[in-house]
Amino acid sequence: MEYFLQQVINGVTLGGIYGLIAIGYTMVYGIIGMINFAHGEVYMLGAFTALIAFLAATLLGGADSALGLAIALVATMGFTALWGWAIERVAYRRLRKAPRLAPLISAIGMSVVLQNFVQVTQGARVKPLPPVVHGGFTLMQAGTFKVDLSWLQIGILLLTLALMAGFTWVITKTPLGRAQRATQQDAKMAALLGIDVDRVISTTFVIGAALAGVAGLMVTLYYGVIDFYIGFLAGIKAFTAAVLGGIGSLPGAMLGGLLIGLIEALWSGYFSIEYKDIAAFSVLILVLLFRPSGLLGRPDVEKV
Amino acid sequence: MRFGGLTAIAGVSFQAHPNQITAIIGPNGAGKTTLFNCLTGFYRPSAGRITLNGLPLERLADHQIARQARIARTFQNIRLFPMMTVLENLMVARHAPLMKASLFSVAGLLGLKRYRDAEADAIEVARRWLDRFDLTAFADTEAGALPHGKQRHLEIARALCTDPVLLCLDEPAAGLNPRETAELTERLADLRRTDDIAMLLIEHDMSVVMGVSDHIVVLDHGRKIAEGSPFEIKRDPAVIRAYLGETDDEALPPDVAGDVAC
Repeated sequence: MEYFLQQVINGVTLGGIYGLIAIGYTMVYGIIGMINFAHGEVYMLGAFTALIAFLAATLLGGADSALGLAIALVATMGFTALWGWAIERVAYRRLRKAPRLAPLISAIGMSVVLQNFVQVTQGARVKPLPPVVHGGFTLMQAGTFKVDLSWLQIGILLLTLALMAGFTWVITKTPLGRAQRATQQDAKMAALLGIDVDRVISTTFVIGAALAGVAGLMVTLYYGVIDFYIGFLAGIKAFTAAVLGGIGSLPGAMLGGLLIGLIEALWSGYFSIEYKDIAAFSVLILVLLFRPSGLLGRPDVEKV
Repeated sequence: MRFGGLTAIAGVSFQAHPNQITAIIGPNGAGKTTLFNCLTGFYRPSAGRITLNGLPLERLADHQIARQARIARTFQNIRLFPMMTVLENLMVARHAPLMKASLFSVAGLLGLKRYRDAEADAIEVARRWLDRFDLTAFADTEAGALPHGKQRHLEIARALCTDPVLLCLDEPAAGLNPRETAELTERLADLRRTDDIAMLLIEHDMSVVMGVSDHIVVLDHGRKIAEGSPFEIKRDPAVIRAYLGETDDEALPPDVAGDVAC
């Protein structure tokens, strides 16, 4: 029981991180019908930005203060948002009317470019970050096994919840969110009603990238090691989460992220840590085979 | 406007005035919808210019046609946002002013008064149109769940919500039963009376066309073959020929036949 609880805590933490990345996949897919395969790299850029911000803060002696964390967070979100905007502008916008395969290939190209860019400028070695957030408390103890909940995990969960709640509010209640949903349902009609569709799409990329940036920051803090290659695996896992929840569905992405995180943690805890990625990707294959519209997705409606 | 070797419409010019309904009629394939598509930025004309109050429409981006030229349109096959509520559909049409007031949602996030006022204003406009189209009871229904006739009304209400100077209605009576058609005709007549909007109407149902139009433009094979009041059009030999075929050609006086080519 205690062991199970510990795995659930770890899984939920991981799931929140996947969920934040998955939102970017699902939003972009919903609005322009493409899988942005460079999205995982944005998360990786977020991790590197956070690393640099924390190292700079350490030099200045304020890495573990709340202010240091907040500044790193804002810097990471701002920087990845800029990347998200630039990626859409450079690699996708001109291909808006091209056959579907073209932006997909462009996305894969963008992903390779970003990986190599970071590898060349930051080096290929694994980058460590000394723990920034310390401490936590023990929930339960059974014999020698302790169920720990660290402050970092609490922080990650709270921030994830806050971001998801805020983002849901933006989508359901603000003019921007309305414009995004309208563009998703009929982009041409939205334009005829005076919505600047290009700008709505840009904003979607910017928001998705900022959320992925936060996920990158969390991972940097949580695991303490990153390299230029982390975007690939995390990106594909978040994509799996988005598909599991129903691609195009916002609550689906959050739920999917949570489930993938739990599956991964429980599989690692009870079966084999080497096979945890296989467990996650088996889910992708099973979902695609048996429920392609995902858990919360709507079946594809034919557009007239 | 050409598609490959086919010239869909050429040299069509006419005027539309506020508080008037100008009907555009013609046989299938005459270029009526193509004309609308050129007006609303769906197609860029292959040659020539389209202006509205001096604005060159062919140079405006899609979203500027609604914002700057203030043209709104409806479609033959209704295009609502089916998974949004009726009220939200109308609010989308108020997007441009709302977005400006909300400073791209920032003011909305901060809950500033300026944004709340703008939103209250947008809801007010939307409610007014809902009221005029008897849709108030459906405000929170998903648009896709409305019956066909109500969807038609919603689409027109949404177009009006953008505050247009020119409203293009593409076969608004298509698929409506006689009672709904009569209701629609009445609404259009009502709009013409009370709102300073120029309306263009494509319609095959001649009872609607003859009932509400001030002016009729007849297209055939992409060219304007006649123009005039409903009374004149009903008697125009070129129109009769376009609709009924060439069989009664010899019945026409030669000077009328000469006027047809324009």
